[in-house]
Formats: sequence, C-alpha cells, structure tokens
Amino acid sequence: MKKADKFIKNAAGRLVPTIINGKQVIPFMGVNKYIPTHRGAAPRVPTIIDYPQDCNKIVDTLKDALIKSGLKDGMTISTHHHYRNGDYVANWIFDIAAELGVKDLVWAPSAAFPCHAPIIKHLESGVVHHIEGSLNGPLGDFCSRGKMKGLGYLRSHGGRYRAVSDGELHIDIAVLAASASDMMGNANGVLGKHPFGPVSFSKTDSKNADRSIIVTDTLLDFPCYPWEIMGNDVDFVVVVDEIGDPEKIVSGTTKVTKSPDRLLIAEYAAKFVEAAGILRDGINFQAGAGGTSLAFVDFINQRMIEKGIKARSLIGGSTKYLVDMMNNGRTDYIFDGQTFGLEALSSLRDNPKHIPIDIFDIYDFHAKSNLVQMMDVIVLGSTEVDVNFNANCVTHSDGRMLHGIGGFQNCMMAKCTIIAVPTFRDRIPVIKDEVTTLVAPGELVDVIVTERGIAINPRRTDLIEATMNSGLPIRDIKDIKNEIDDMCGVPIKPKLSDEAVAVVEWVDGTILDTIWKVEE
Amino acid sequence: MAKIASAGNYGPKIRSDCMVTIELTDSGGVHIELISKVKDFFGDHIITLAQDELKFFGVKNAKLKIEDQGAFDFVIAARIEAALKKADPSITTSYLPEIKSHCTYTTSKDALRRSRLYLPGNSPKLMLNAGLHGADALILDLEDSVHPDEKDSARILVRNALRTINFHGAEKMVRINQLPLGFEDIKEVINENVHVILIPKCESKQQVLDVNESIDELNKTESPVYLMPIIESAKGVLHAYEIASASDNIVALTLGLEDYTADIGVTRSKSEAECFFAKSMVVNAAKAAGVQAIDTVFSDVNDMEGLFENVKQAKAMGFDGKGCIHPRQIRVIHKAFLPTKQELEKAQKIVEAYNAAKKEGKGVVSLGSKMIDAPVVKQAQHVLKMAKIGGMIQ
Repeated sequence: MKKADKFIKNAAGRLVPTIINGKQVIPFMGVNKYIPTHRGAAPRVPTIIDYPQDCNKIVDTLKDALIKSGLKDGMTISTHHHYRNGDYVANWIFDIAAELGVKDLVWAPSAAFPCHAPIIKHLESGVVHHIEGSLNGPLGDFCSRGKMKGLGYLRSHGGRYRAVSDGELHIDIAVLAASASDMMGNANGVLGKHPFGPVSFSKTDSKNADRSIIVTDTLLDFPCYPWEIMGNDVDFVVVVDEIGDPEKIVSGTTKVTKSPDRLLIAEYAAKFVEAAGILRDGINFQAGAGGTSLAFVDFINQRMIEKGIKARSLIGGSTKYLVDMMNNGRTDYIFDGQTFGLEALSSLRDNPKHIPIDIFDIYDFHAKSNLVQMMDVIVLGSTEVDVNFNANCVTHSDGRMLHGIGGFQNCMMAKCTIIAVPTFRDRIPVIKDEVTTLVAPGELVDVIVTERGIAINPRRTDLIEATMNSGLPIRDIKDIKNEIDDMCGVPIKPKLSDEAVAVVEWVDGTILDTIWKVEE
Repeated sequence: MAKIASAGNYGPKIRSDCMVTIELTDSGGVHIELISKVKDFFGDHIITLAQDELKFFGVKNAKLKIEDQGAFDFVIAARIEAALKKADPSITTSYLPEIKSHCTYTTSKDALRRSRLYLPGNSPKLMLNAGLHGADALILDLEDSVHPDEKDSARILVRNALRTINFHGAEKMVRINQLPLGFEDIKEVINENVHVILIPKCESKQQVLDVNESIDELNKTESPVYLMPIIESAKGVLHAYEIASASDNIVALTLGLEDYTADIGVTRSKSEAECFFAKSMVVNAAKAAGVQAIDTVFSDVNDMEGLFENVKQAKAMGFDGKGCIHPRQIRVIHKAFLPTKQELEKAQKIVEAYNAAKKEGKGVVSLGSKMIDAPVVKQAQHVLKMAKIGGMIQ
C-alpha cells in the first residue's frame, strides 16, 4: 500500500493525493464548496448487560483496560492534549502495545508535544503506523524526514472533532486522561490533583469510540460532578499515581511578550481594530494565549477602560489576563476551550459566567452555528504568509513540519481574522511569494499586521475604507515584502522531494495541501 | 604576529550576529567553513560574500570559519573585516557595503530630541528594528556598552550599520569613546551619514575643539556634523557653559549621572536630589549658549510610572529631552514632554495676542493688562509645536 497515490491539483492549485493510506479522499474544492450528504459516525451499540451491575468499571491497570478493550493490530487509538508537555498517558499506551506485540496502530491525538518523542521508537519499530491529528516538535521532524510508515494527517481542532463525529476518523479505543473521575467513569478536568480545564476536545471521542477508557489520578466518590464525560459512555476506569509531570503540565501558562517588536505588532493590531470600528461596546473576540496575542488583549483592555466600554464575550485560551478582565467588568463572559494557569482554573470552576465550551460549539464545520462566527476579531500567529494572503502555520520555510494546526483554520470564520507576524525571523523573510504549505486560503485572511506596517486583504474594501485616514502604517503587502527582501536578501527555495509525508486537511474534510519530504 | 583572530558573537542566545575566525596561512589557498542556521537559504550567498571580501583585501591563503545565527550581510562583512584587521594590523583599507538610499537623509540643528535611544554598538540584533519605535534620535554607542576588546570590531559594525539600516528618519548619533580613542571612532564613521557625535566625559572647551579639528580634517561631505557633549564629572559641571558655547555645531548638552555621582562621591538615588545642582547647571549652560538641554537615562525599564514622573520633573526643570535604553520608554517620554492643558491654553492665548499685535503693526504685545516679552512668545510657540507633534492640536 502506498502512503499517498493518484495526485491531482486541487482548487487551490496544490498537488494533493486522492488516496491516502489506502483510503479515498476528496481534494479541496474551494471554501464552502464541499457539501457532505452522508450520515455521521455509527458507534458500536453496547448493552447494559455487558457491564458490571454495580457500575464500577475500575480495572487494575491501563494494560488490563487495553486488553479488555480488544487492542489489536491496525486499531486507531485517540488521546487529548490537555496535559500538554507533561502528559504521561500517550507514551504508556504505546509502551504497552509494544509489550503486547501489537503492530500498525494509528495514533489520533488532538495535539502532540515534545514529551511524546518516545513514540518515535514505536513508529520506527512498527507499533505505530502513522499519526492523524497533530504532529509537531520531534515527531514532526521525524515525519518530515519521510520516516513514518503511513502518511501523516494534519487536522485542525475543529476538523478533528468533525472527522470523529462524521465517521471519517473512526476511533477504536479512546484513552481519556481526566483530572477526576468516579468508579463509573463520570469525569472532568476541573477537580482532582491536576486539573486542566474543560475536556472540550474529548467529548466526541467518548461518544463515538468503540471503547472509552478514563485514566485519572484522582478517584472521587460517586458522583463526580460536573460530568463532562458521562460514565455511561465509558468502558473502563484506570487509577494511576500521577497522570503527568506537574511542572510540565503548567508549562503552557503564558505571559505578555516583552519583545519591543512584538509589542509594536500587538499595538498596531489593537489600533487597527479600533480604527476599523470593530472595538465597540459589546464586542466579542478570541484571545490566544501566546505572548503577542496577550499583548494585543492588554492594549485592547486599556482602550476599553479609557473608552468606558466592555466586551460581551471573550473566547480563550483562558488565562489570568482574561479572568482579570472579567473581574474588572471588561467582559460579561469568558468561553473557555483550554485553560492556562490556576487563576483561570478557579474562575472556570467558581464563576458561572466563565463557561466551558466544547470544540463542537466553537469550531465544528458540522455544527448548526459556531461561536467563532460571532467573533468580531481574532488575532493569530503564523510561520509564513504570502502576497496573496495565504497563511501557513505548520511548516517552516525549510519545509520541516514543526507545529500543529490547532484552531488556526477554524478561526478563519471570524468576522475579521488578523495574522500578526514579524517580517523576518533569523534573516528569513516571513512574507513569501507563495507559502511553503497552504493551511489557510488567502480569501479568509483579512489583515496581516507586522512591525513594518499593516496589509489589508484587497477583498476587504470595507476595512480599507474604514482605516484609510487612521494614520496607521497601512501598506501594500508587496511593498512590505520588497522592503524585507532588500534587508534580508531573497532566500533560495529549499529542496523538497516529490515524496509526500503528510497532508493538511481543510475544516470540511477535503485535502488542502501536501507536505513533502525534506531532503537531508 | 597574530595570525589567528576572531570577531563577533556566537551562541545559543545570540541572534542576527556571527563569529568569524580567520587564520592567515602561507599556502593552500582560501578555505571557508560555514556553520549557519540559515545555511539552506543563504549558504551559497554567504560563502560568495566571504570570498569576494577576502579577494578585496588581497588575502590568498587563509582558513575562515563563520559561525552564523542569521546575521545580515553588513554584519558578516563587518565581522570578517574586523577579524582580518586583528590578524593583520597592517591592513588599512575598508570593505564598504553599498550605501542604501534610505540612509542619506539629513537633520537640523533645532531638530526635536525628546527621546534618544541607546543601542550597544556591538549588538546588531538591537539595531535592525530600532528605527521602528519612533525615537527622535538613535545612539550607536561605541563607549560604555562595548567591551574594551571589541572596540575595533564594534566601530566597523557601526560604520556598516550606518550605510545599511533604515532608521526611518531618526537622527543618527554615535557616542565615541573618550579621547584619544574617540579619534579612531570619528575616523571610521564621520563620512557615513552620522548626524551627531556624542563626546563622553567632556570636561573642557579644548576637548570640543579637538573633536572639531578631527572632524574638519576628515569630513568629506557637505552636511555638517553636530556635537552633543556629555557632562559626567564635577569638573565638567563647573565648565558646562564654556563647553556648551565652545562651537557653533553644538546642538545640545547632556549629562551622565552614573559617573557624575561616583565622581562627587555619592550614591545615585531615585529622586536624584543629589544631582540637582548638576542638572541645573547643565540646563542653564545650555540655554545660555542657545542649545538644547538633554537629561540622562532612566535605567529601570520596568518602571513606566517612575519614568513618567522623572521626565515630568526634567521637563519642569527646563530639559528638552531624555535618554532611553528600551524602546518602550520612548512613548512614555514623549507623553511626559507634552504640554499640560493649562500650558497649552496659555500658550494659545499668547500666540494669538502676538499674531494680532503683529497684524496691527504694534511693537508691544500684551495679554490683558500684562506685557509679553519676546522669550515668552518664543516659549509659547514651542509649546504649540510640541502640542501639534503630540496630536493635541491640529
């Protein structure tokens, strides 16, 4: 079986396979052009007689749970990434699989972190065939060098949720880390020794997987409530001493950048939002947890105080900064899909206006409405952009895959999507003629903000008009590019082979671009 | 004779710089080794640059190693030249990058100098985007921020930076070393579109004259090079007026309080009360000589409120500008130099009265029952100018 076969050019002009890991796939047809007509995932039908009468589903070890779940060659195993770079669970699963002699598994995490580097040895030995979801850090590097047996499959957060729910990605066994659970498997991420926030990425896994295993290091007496994951969807409960490395679990906490250039970018973005008339009483916006995004929030917060206005809602990445804003009356609500830091966790637990949300509610293409569409503005980072406003966030300019998509593609549905980037990194220009990998089509990127000026997508005549006399450095993107090329020199294009190693899926499940093997 | 020498910086935390090591050999031709994080993109380009430069200097046999962290061409060229000149001090020519057209703008004697941002002369990373943050002036510093072993290397780097980087209209200043080392600095940068030379630890009129003599001898350009002496000692304070009035090309007088407080044997406090005399002297000397008075730097980059208060105080004393060491200080300084609402209203009334009097051909300007003298009108016009620049009025 070829990893990828029968390539064609899709609607974005990118060469993509139509057969991936033996399965037929649909090439990208354009934004909002693909309308699926089939019905969704059909999970295995269980019966109550198969489960203990006392509802106690605790088994001794994860190994027991995996064996009882019928772990065998070729299965797809899912995990979530709420324990970030401190996660132990994913590594345990594949160590056990190796011990049991199981081969050709597919790992479907919601995101991978450098702590998952030990899985490389299982990819090499054949225990894991390929990864679907997110590949970054050492795993991305491994895949980029063409060493993964199967083709990597990159999905956005919303895209993964959709794929699980609509049957594109069938999960055999979902192994779901929870900070607290009862014996029945009612579980959440807000109680227990190591709380992490909402279980937003995993609900669909627990509903649609053939078997669901809860792994926790805090067993509570029944009922464990809130029960974000319902015990009635759970097959087994495993209790361990420590579910992750506490120091690295919290390493995702974030701070406002101190870099003067990044602060300048954030400030331009904030001023643009104000000049464009987007900053007004009742605004809704999404605030990332990265340093530049937080600085943007900081500037917007200052302006809201000065103008005496407040937001209706913020979507997080919730952090201390967002919580402070709510406590100071600068927003009515926080919608929380991922929580960073203890202040945000206790707010989520105790403040009814700090609302946990499911990925389905904000990002999913199959939802009947999306919170992200309500957002007046979203600020995102990027590895590369191009003169046609296309954006890349997964590969670097040398073609190596180093980041997951995260919510990047999903955020494109906001009313105004801003990409905030420096114009160069280590002499390598960030604005290209053409992005190395297409992750977001240019028609959806509204504004690119750099430390050297602001470029507005020509399609957004409304924004161009609104900010024309703002005094902000609004420039043609080609003009900024020329300045940077003059400074940095024009880099030679990296040599990429014609061997596909991964694909980028668009939010609707069609194939947007191919990631090619990097020549050593 | 030293046949091996290095110049530049390299390490995991270094960005936009490189370390160049050269060994001059007797035979075997030129060998270039490049370690670079941007090798895939610029490797061939960097090698060609190095080959061209060695050829220019007539080097036929050498081992050259470049350890690069994304340095721009002008930095790599400067590092090669510096290493080569260390290895062979007999070399006197310079390998000059082409002057970019954005580097050739001019300044004027009474240019605004509210903020002047210090940039360490041997750290290219901090120079690249320095012009984007709105400082009135930028100081490429060859003195205290440069290690004594790196003086030659920094001088070449600053020269290349002046020919290459777009500082977006900010006045370009170079702080030279104390004389006589400072003469070497003047030689390297004087024809490179530098606007103002800062003379550190200035204590006498003669030092200003010596600097001017050196400039006059070397300056091949039409545009004048201005001077800003820095008063940093008890003696300098007492000689402030003779220094400020030493020559026509002096545009401002400034002071350095770290060295001054050490010189008078006190510890510098947050209130800077112990420096009151020195500050007063500098303001008075500058104004008497008809030049600007510029206050020292505020070193706590995290204390923006403290900075704001400090600058308000400086403004109240008569200073026209303030030094800064971090781009985020610039806007705070500019804000603190804005006139207050009351100052603005008063200035508007005075200027209106002056304009009316001028229109009517009256020699005497009066506001209500008060006569207004020429210096008051001038001050009011300055307040309006500052208000306009700060966006307070149209």
